[in-house]
Amino acid sequence: MGLRKLALLGAAIASAGVIATAAPGSVWAQNEQFIPGLVYRTGAYAPNGIPFADGVRDYITLLNERDGGINGVKISFEECETGYATDRGVECYERLKGKGPTGAAYFSPLSTGITFALTEKAPGDKMPLITMGYGRSESRDGAVFEWNFPLLGTYWTAANVAIQHIGKEIGGLDKLKGKKIALLYHDSPYGKEPIAALEAMSKKYGFEFLPIPVPAPGSEQKSQWLQIRQQRPDYVLLWGWGVMNSAAVTEAGNVNYPRDKMIGVWWSGAEPDVVPAGDKGAGYKALMLQHPAGKAPVYADLEKYVIGPGKSLAKPDEIGSVLYNRGLINSMLGTESIRTAMAKFGNKPMTGEQVRWGIEHLDLTAERIKQLGFEGMIGPIKVSCADHEGTRLSRVHQWDGKQWKVISDWYTADDTLLAPMVKDTAAKYAAEKKITPRDCSKES
Amino acid sequence: MFYREAGQFKVSYEADQAVFPIAQDRLAMLALLLIAFFVVPFVASEYVYRAVLIPVVILSLAAIGLNVLMGYCGQVSLGSGAFMAIGAYAAYNFAIRLPFLNPFVCVLLGGFVAAGVGIAFGVPSLRIKGFYLACATLAAQFFADWAFLRIKWFTNYTPSGSINAPPLEVFGFVLSSPAANYLVSLGFTVVLAIATKNIVRGHIGRQWMAIRDMDIAAEIIGVRPMYAKLSAFAVSSFLIGVAGALWAFVYLGSWEPAAFSIDRSFQLMFMVIIGGLGSILGSVLGAGFIVLLPIFLNQALPPLGALFGWSISTATVSHFEAMIFGALIVFFLIVEPHGLARLWSVAKEKLRLWPFPH
Repeated sequence: MGLRKLALLGAAIASAGVIATAAPGSVWAQNEQFIPGLVYRTGAYAPNGIPFADGVRDYITLLNERDGGINGVKISFEECETGYATDRGVECYERLKGKGPTGAAYFSPLSTGITFALTEKAPGDKMPLITMGYGRSESRDGAVFEWNFPLLGTYWTAANVAIQHIGKEIGGLDKLKGKKIALLYHDSPYGKEPIAALEAMSKKYGFEFLPIPVPAPGSEQKSQWLQIRQQRPDYVLLWGWGVMNSAAVTEAGNVNYPRDKMIGVWWSGAEPDVVPAGDKGAGYKALMLQHPAGKAPVYADLEKYVIGPGKSLAKPDEIGSVLYNRGLINSMLGTESIRTAMAKFGNKPMTGEQVRWGIEHLDLTAERIKQLGFEGMIGPIKVSCADHEGTRLSRVHQWDGKQWKVISDWYTADDTLLAPMVKDTAAKYAAEKKITPRDCSKES
Repeated sequence: MFYREAGQFKVSYEADQAVFPIAQDRLAMLALLLIAFFVVPFVASEYVYRAVLIPVVILSLAAIGLNVLMGYCGQVSLGSGAFMAIGAYAAYNFAIRLPFLNPFVCVLLGGFVAAGVGIAFGVPSLRIKGFYLACATLAAQFFADWAFLRIKWFTNYTPSGSINAPPLEVFGFVLSSPAANYLVSLGFTVVLAIATKNIVRGHIGRQWMAIRDMDIAAEIIGVRPMYAKLSAFAVSSFLIGVAGALWAFVYLGSWEPAAFSIDRSFQLMFMVIIGGLGSILGSVLGAGFIVLLPIFLNQALPPLGALFGWSISTATVSHFEAMIFGALIVFFLIVEPHGLARLWSVAKEKLRLWPFPH
């Protein structure tokens, strides 16, 4: 019976511990801005999650080490592991949103599923969500989605730019008529987002659109590529994440589908997506969330204050990679929004509500971007109540087997096509959730 | 000393057959319910509601549902995630297509639809048993995943396939505060748990248990296997469907089929096995164990490591969490194969003699 006694004792201790954890009560410094990090360093999507999380973390460390925070307000940063699972993400959000003297500044979940769940909670908690390059495409309509900020680009922007690039490669958008374009997508809200935009464009330009779903996590794609071989689409758009990307590139190599006729979204265009495919990856193209791989001027300070002194968790080969850069940009846009908010509300820790105002009034000119050391990474961005995306620019880069090379000029998404779609879908959401949209002309 | 039934004489059959024949149990349960309904809402923080109480309460209901099928009727099911999904999507469709309906009615209707589908997927159980039945219910899981991803009508043609629950509005009140959400889910769970407890004590429950213990013998003494098995599938799917609708409407607010994937089915099955097969209390304990232990480990490990001067990264914490969680499950199953409910009754036995066991 000894073991059984032990089990009883263990159960008692565990339940006491659970109750103790549930009880609130922590102390934090009064003059600190808290920024939470929802990360996934484990699980099926970890190869992509880790460099992003390290970039996010290192830029915040840089601000603390070099400038002593934002305008003298030190940043406290805490990560919470979500494993890309929605319920764990919600738990992390609830755990972190109240930390620090003024609560969390903003959340960036890096998962469409978690973003959708938090979109329901954010208005009640007055918590802004920065979903840089992901999330709901219609959430760029700030009148309805007051708390969502899909900065730098949505999936509809991405879909439009991809079609523009194809048009350019074949010598004009009018040549798209009669062409066949397949979309190989992760069968989740993330992968389904671009379908509406692609369907609209297929009507407008007259190409045949062929959606091919891949069940999550996407490591098994034999039947999908068999379908591609049978249907022979002129181009394949890839909308995958994690292991699905490298599996798709490898399968394309196996069935000998030309890699340079494949265009991935910006979440399918990083090193972990092509390196596992080896030689088969060469020639594969992907959209850029504006920024390339490589090192911008900000890296001089990063080396000096963060990486050199060993304050970074990043492995050497992550530094300068696409997703690490994206993490840096995510933190930069977030902290610059806090700075914008401080200009109005004073140099003290900001609440979520104040940060929301800051993001909505974020205005990064080319000059300011250069000052921050992000020259060549992103173009100017100006957010407003009506436009929570801020900019609709993108480029295309190509993997040559060793590194990503930028092969196109800047594209601007065609807003005459996208804006009405955004308006319709957002209005439908507002009706379903009984939200009265704000009047953006009256916002200051 | 405190837990002794000496002097409590039962003078009627009613008293002898009560759910809690011992006065202390009755009082303790009453006190627990009073605390859950009237004290907790005044002391719990938002984090406790959203991360601890609401998930445990709703998943308890789902675990009770699965326990009816697995624990009481002995039919192995891997389709509980699917029945949760059916409850959730049915409630959603009732809510948006018949907007005049009270959301609580929608949640219950979701349960009834799940019960109907459950009966349909329960039909194979009349011919196949054990592992083969598990495969058949697995089909329900894959079918639901497929249907809610592919049939656009179910998701009201949203472009991304992810849908949003309408606000919980009852008689002009919008129940959106965490306390209200908690009380709603607690209300559903308590009422349905009491109802289930009474079903399993009655003639229907006895039929289920007869089928579970030896189906041929049960048939010979006059239990109709078809009626017993299908009624177990119906009750079980109803409870799981209501839990699914609550999970979607109250906890998630916005969801996609992945929220009710095969992982959810396994999670519920673990709850039932670890909590105790054939026990309502066990379902609740199992739900608490499976939901809370990972969160507890995740939060307790970093300070524990700091105690020994070892700073643990988020990735390491989550690896340790998985390892310790797995090890504890194996440990509990070896030490007490009948689950936490049995552990609890052992504790009660000991408490009766305490502090003078000999």
